[in-house]
Amino acid sequence: MSVEALLFYVFALAAVGGALAMVMNVRNTVAAALSLVITMIALAGIYVLLHAHLIAVVQIMVYAGAIVVVFIFVVMLLNLRQDAFPPGRLRVFKWVGASGALWMLWRFLGALTPHMPAVQERAEGFGGYRQLGRVLFTDFVLPFEMTSLLLLAAIVGAVILAKRRIG
Amino acid sequence: MVPLEHVIALSAILFTIGTLGALTRRNLIVILMSIELMLNAVNLAFIGFAWAWGDLAGQIMVLMVITVAAAEVAVGLGIVIAMFRNRDSVNVEDVSLLKW
Repeated sequence: MSVEALLFYVFALAAVGGALAMVMNVRNTVAAALSLVITMIALAGIYVLLHAHLIAVVQIMVYAGAIVVVFIFVVMLLNLRQDAFPPGRLRVFKWVGASGALWMLWRFLGALTPHMPAVQERAEGFGGYRQLGRVLFTDFVLPFEMTSLLLLAAIVGAVILAKRRIG
Repeated sequence: MVPLEHVIALSAILFTIGTLGALTRRNLIVILMSIELMLNAVNLAFIGFAWAWGDLAGQIMVLMVITVAAAEVAVGLGIVIAMFRNRDSVNVEDVSLLKW
């Protein structure tokens, strides 16, 4: 097994472990957010192994650096009590949905192997800022510009939602 | 390097964990984090296929998804704060007025 493959499996284990810790942590929301950081950083490592260097940097800066910090900021702002989530009634639909998701994963993993394309050769500098920037500002310039509109709408929406009184 | 199947399998596993979190947890903040996890799983699949085909379009899609995720978190946490201000709770079972 090559070093790259070994690193992939280590990062994959860290990502799944962080994700499970995030979902199963019912006591402490801050700890759940920090488990999510582990998953994000492990995924950034996998992105590097898959020749997505720029995306890996963006992943760490935006996801681990900004999004999770906003989560933790809101958790601390709300100052939740430990007893905010009393044990609820049995939710049949919830568990039906959860087992449906697990069943779908089982079927998907079973049907995965024979349909994958062979791994192609990549050009020199694949996934670096130079190539990615060239594609982003030529072929995908319209989605890129529409992103700015989306961000503007999100900023306005967040300010309006978090404002105490309008007007 | 590993075969593409393993990358896609990891993506599916992470997506399922995120689905389980979004379906079974009642803390609205954790539900939002589970949705982030699902978006990350989809990003991993995009990057895996971009790597296999040597095509950068998948990586561009990931940049778009990250932008949408950031916007979603800004608005979603704004909704959480508004809900906490009105109901003094972030438990999704406390906002069931529109539920049958």
